[in-house]
Amino acid sequence: MSSRSVPWLKFTAPANFYALAQRLTPWLWAGAALLCLAALYIGFFVAPAEAHQGESYRILYIHVATAWMGMFLYLLMALYGGIYLVWRIKMADIMARSIAPTGALMTFLSLWTGALWGAPTWGTFWVWDARLTSTLVLLFLFLGYIALHGAADDREKGGRAASLLAVIGAINVPIIYFSVDWWYNLHQGSSVIRADGPSMAPSMLTAMLLMIAGIWLYSAAVVLRRAQVEALEREPRSEWAQAAAAGRMTRTQRELAAAESVREHTSQEEGQA
Amino acid sequence: MDTGPVGRATTAPSPPHAGKAAPRGELEIAGLSCRRGDQTLFSGVSLSLASGELLFVRGRNGSGKTTLLRILCGLTEPATGEVRWRGQPIRRLEEAARRELLYVGHRDAVKEELTPLENLDIHQGLRGERGDLERQLDALEEAGLGGREDIPVRYLSQGQRRRTALARLLVSPARLWILDEPLTALDRSAVAWLFERIAAYLREGGIVVTTSHQSIDGLPEPRILDLD
Amino acid sequence: MRRDLSLIVTRRQDVLTVVAFFILVITLFPLALGPDPQKLRTLAPAGVWVAAALASLISLDRLFADDWRDGSLEQLLLAPEPLTVVALAKVAAHWLALGLPLVVLSPALGYALGLEGAELGVLAVSLLLGTPVLSLLGAVGAALTLGVRAGGALMALLILPLYVPVLVLGAGAVTEAMYSSAFYAHLSLLGALLAAALPLLPLAIAGALRIALD
Repeated sequence: MSSRSVPWLKFTAPANFYALAQRLTPWLWAGAALLCLAALYIGFFVAPAEAHQGESYRILYIHVATAWMGMFLYLLMALYGGIYLVWRIKMADIMARSIAPTGALMTFLSLWTGALWGAPTWGTFWVWDARLTSTLVLLFLFLGYIALHGAADDREKGGRAASLLAVIGAINVPIIYFSVDWWYNLHQGSSVIRADGPSMAPSMLTAMLLMIAGIWLYSAAVVLRRAQVEALEREPRSEWAQAAAAGRMTRTQRELAAAESVREHTSQEEGQA
Repeated sequence: MDTGPVGRATTAPSPPHAGKAAPRGELEIAGLSCRRGDQTLFSGVSLSLASGELLFVRGRNGSGKTTLLRILCGLTEPATGEVRWRGQPIRRLEEAARRELLYVGHRDAVKEELTPLENLDIHQGLRGERGDLERQLDALEEAGLGGREDIPVRYLSQGQRRRTALARLLVSPARLWILDEPLTALDRSAVAWLFERIAAYLREGGIVVTTSHQSIDGLPEPRILDLD
Repeated sequence: MRRDLSLIVTRRQDVLTVVAFFILVITLFPLALGPDPQKLRTLAPAGVWVAAALASLISLDRLFADDWRDGSLEQLLLAPEPLTVVALAKVAAHWLALGLPLVVLSPALGYALGLEGAELGVLAVSLLLGTPVLSLLGAVGAALTLGVRAGGALMALLILPLYVPVLVLGAGAVTEAMYSSAFYAHLSLLGALLAAALPLLPLAIAGALRIALD
C-alpha cells in the first residue's frame, strides 16, 4: 500500500487529512446553507400544494432528505469500520466515530418530521409500520455504536469493538427491514424513484433534490469538522496538531497539553533507558 | 482464520529435549514497542532467544512486563515490531506450533468449581493432548498437591491454586514457557521446587521467559531485559 | 464443550434461575392484562417470545465474563483449536443448558396462556429454530462488552435491536398458526436465519474476543 500508487491514501495520515478538511469545510458550509435555503424557499413558497395532503406534505422535503441521509451514513460508518478492522487505518475509525452523531441526528430528525407529517395525514403521530420501526432500530444501532465506542478504557479497543458492531449492524439492517416489512406496512410507496419517472410536480422534485444535496453537504461539513477535532484529540502532542491548534487553543487546553507533553517526554525516556 | 499459511515449514511438536542445537534463535523479537492509550510503555525491544535460554524481564509496576509477555505469546498486538517463533509470526502460528508454547498468566485460569485434577484434565483437553491420569496425579503430587487432587479449588489456598496452575508445566510437552509472575503466593519450598523445575527444563533445551518482583537467586544465570 | 457443560452442570442453580425468570416474565402478562382468556390468547405468542428473548439476554450476559476474569479466556485463545470453533462450542453448550429447557417448557406455558393444539407445536419449533440465533447474537454482545463499564445495560442496547428479526419471525409464526396454516414461510425464514448465523456469527464472536483480550 504505497501512498504513491493510490493518491487518496495520503489522507489517511491525520495531518494531511486535517489540512484537506480545513480547506474543504468552508465551501461545504456555504454550499449547504445555500442549497438548504433554496430548497426551503422552493419547497415552501414555489411548489404547489399537494392534491390530497394539502400544505402539510411540505415537511416531507426535510423528512425524505434526512431519512436517506441517516441510512446512507450508517452504511458509510460501517464501511469505515470495516476498513479500520482490516487495515487498522486510524483515520477510518476517526471518520466512523465522527459520522455516528450526525447519523443519529439525521435518523432522529426523520422520525420527528415523520411524526409531524403523520399527525394530520394518518391521524396519529406514531404507527408501528415497517419503515418507522426499522428507522427506530437504526437509531438504536447508532446509539449502541456511540455507547460502545466510549465505554472501553482504551480508545483503540473501543474503536475496534464498535467497528465490529457497525459491520454486524450493517448486515442486519436489510434483514431487520424485510422482517418488519413483512409484518405490516402502511407507509406510502416511494414516489421519487419509479420506473416511469418521478410522480411529482417539477418544482416539488427540484426542492426535494436541492434539499437532499444540501443535507448531504451539511453532513459532510459537520463530519469533517468533527473528524478534525477528533484527530487533534487523539494526537495532541504531534507537531502538526500543535501547529494547527496553536492559534485557537484556550488557556486551559494549552496548560493540559503542556502537562501531557512533559509526561510523555519522561515516559519515553524511561522506555529508552 | 487462526492458522494461516506460513512461509516456513515447521517441525512436529517435539518434547523439550529434542533439537538442542538450533541454528539461530527460536524466539525472535524485533523492534517491539507498545502504546497504551497515549502512553508509550516501551519501545525498541529486540532480542533473540535460543534453546536453553532463560529471559528475565525486569521493571517496576506499570512498566509493561505483563504486556510484553502477552505480546510474546501473541495475545496482544504490538504497536510496532514483530515476534517470530521458529520463523512464523506468533499471531499466525500453525496448530502444531501453538502446542509448543505454554503460557501461565497473571490470572491463572484455574476454575474454582473444579478440582485440581479436573482443571489439569481440561487444560490438556484444550490443548488437544490426551489426558493421562497417572501423569496428572504425578504432576499434582510433585506440585505439592498430593491428597488434595479431588477438593474443589475454591477450598484451597491462594498458593495451592498457583501450584495447580503450575502443575500444567509438568503434563504438557512444550518448547517455550512464558510465566507471568509465577512466584506470587508461593511459599519458600514451592519456589525452590519451581526453580529446580525451570533449571531442569532449560537443561533439556526449553526456553523460559518470566517476570517476578521477588528474588530469583537460585535460578540459572538469566538474560535480563530491563524495561525501566 | 465438554468442559463448558461440566461447568454449567456444577452450577445447576444458574439454569434454574434462568428458567424461573422465563416463567416469571410470562406470569407477569396475565397479571398485568387481567385473566380474560381471549386477550391472553392474542398476546400469547408475543409474551412467550419476549420472555425467551429477555431470558436469553440475561443468561448470556456472563457467558465469557468468568473465563475472562480468571484467565481461562487467554488459554482458549492460545489453544491450538481455532477460536471460532471454541466460540461455537461455548455457545452450543450454553444453549443446550439454558436455551433448550426454555424450548421444552414453552408448550406448557403457551397452553397456560390459551394456545392449543398445533399452535403449541409451532411455538416450540419456532423457539427451537430461533433461540440458537439469539444465543449467537447475544454471545457477540457479551464478547464486545467484556471488561467494559456498565456491561449489562450496554449489552442490551447493542443486542436487542439485532434480536428484532428473530422476534418478528418467531412470534409471527405462532400468530399465523392461530389464524391460518400459513406459518411455514415464517418457520423457513427463521431456519434460513439460523443457517446464516451458524457459520458467520462465530467469526464475529472470535473477532470480538480477540479485541477484548488485546
